[in-house]
Amino acid sequence: MTIVHHLDDATILSYAAGTLGEALSVAAACHISMCAECRTAVRKAEALGGEILDDLEATAISEARRAATLASLDDARVAKPVVVKSDMPAPLQRLLQGQGFAQLRWRKKAPGVAVYELPLSKGAKGSLKLLSIASGMTMLEHGHGGEELTLVLEGAFKDKVGRFARGDIADLDEETEHCPVIEKGETCICLYATEAPSHYKTLLGRLLQPFLKI
Amino acid sequence: MIAVLLRMAEKTHIPLRSAKQEDFAALLIRVAIGRDRAAFATIFDHFAPRVKSFMMRKGASTEVAEDLVQETMIAVWSKAALYAPERGAASTWIFTIARNLRIDRLRRESSAYFTDLEDFDAPSDDVPGDEALNRSQEDSQVAKALAQIPPEQRELLILSYVEDVPQSMIAERLNLPLGTVKSRMRLAYRRMRKLLEVVN
Repeated sequence: MTIVHHLDDATILSYAAGTLGEALSVAAACHISMCAECRTAVRKAEALGGEILDDLEATAISEARRAATLASLDDARVAKPVVVKSDMPAPLQRLLQGQGFAQLRWRKKAPGVAVYELPLSKGAKGSLKLLSIASGMTMLEHGHGGEELTLVLEGAFKDKVGRFARGDIADLDEETEHCPVIEKGETCICLYATEAPSHYKTLLGRLLQPFLKI
Repeated sequence: MIAVLLRMAEKTHIPLRSAKQEDFAALLIRVAIGRDRAAFATIFDHFAPRVKSFMMRKGASTEVAEDLVQETMIAVWSKAALYAPERGAASTWIFTIARNLRIDRLRRESSAYFTDLEDFDAPSDDVPGDEALNRSQEDSQVAKALAQIPPEQRELLILSYVEDVPQSMIAERLNLPLGTVKSRMRLAYRRMRKLLEVVN
């Protein structure tokens, strides 16, 4: 698998800093699990976080707390690495509880378009969905609020930015307007995350617009 | 990998009170291999007060911050075997633990996606020993690089990392378009990366 489209550096930074919201972070993590280049980039950005932490002023810890922490070490369990082998990116595998795409209860939103909503925690903003789009479909011209990520999991689409296939992520800036075409032959399954307040102008909004009249 | 561990552990005959970054990596290995309490206490005394500041900058009270410090440091103890020195400095690893706890507790979101990728972080045999040592030196260069970037870029980075402010909110606070904040972030990050490449 050759990945052509990567996460933007600004996204890598906020992911590593822990300021990117949950929906976008899950999509970013799924790409990172497939992309060695972005893994290296995240590692560097985390090194920056480590340095900034190390540079912070020291705030004294109460003696009682220090003693309590040291005393509780005997009860602490020792963690072992868990290695899961799967074609599915690990964060998605967890959210789907091991189910494959074919086993999911997709909701048909429009001819050729089905959606599967993924769970987020209560504090999270925005939404995270799987989109299944039939081959040959053309999406309407749309822009990006800079607050959405689309990761291809199966199939491919093409637009003026290029071809997006498995592992590629569309992390496009606000100025980019495009109208992707799903390649013939295979249904395209994407992981789609947005934190934009309104769906108008986002990929999903434009995809459903002619049907939902939003 | 074992050779690296031994070489790093050999470096640990150091006065415990004056540990530097490379030494913290060695101390973590002592915790992992020998459940070494003295090594852990040294790590605690250096990092716990910084993790406390990190939590308080995000608005945690003293009490909550100390709870999170305790949780962070106990995770350091119990996950020490997962720390891979070839991946980076001890401070980097401890930062990721504190960051994840802050997301879970203070923002009430889930940071599970970070843990999902932890097997990529697990110690591996594919990094030769010398490179492993170089990596941990690379991280001590991050400080120098950070000092060399323009102050407004450094400030943006610190806002992001320390105060847990999303880019959209930084934009609002500084009265700048989101696109401008993002491009400044990119510049800062690329600058850092370039400085690190020069150093190596």
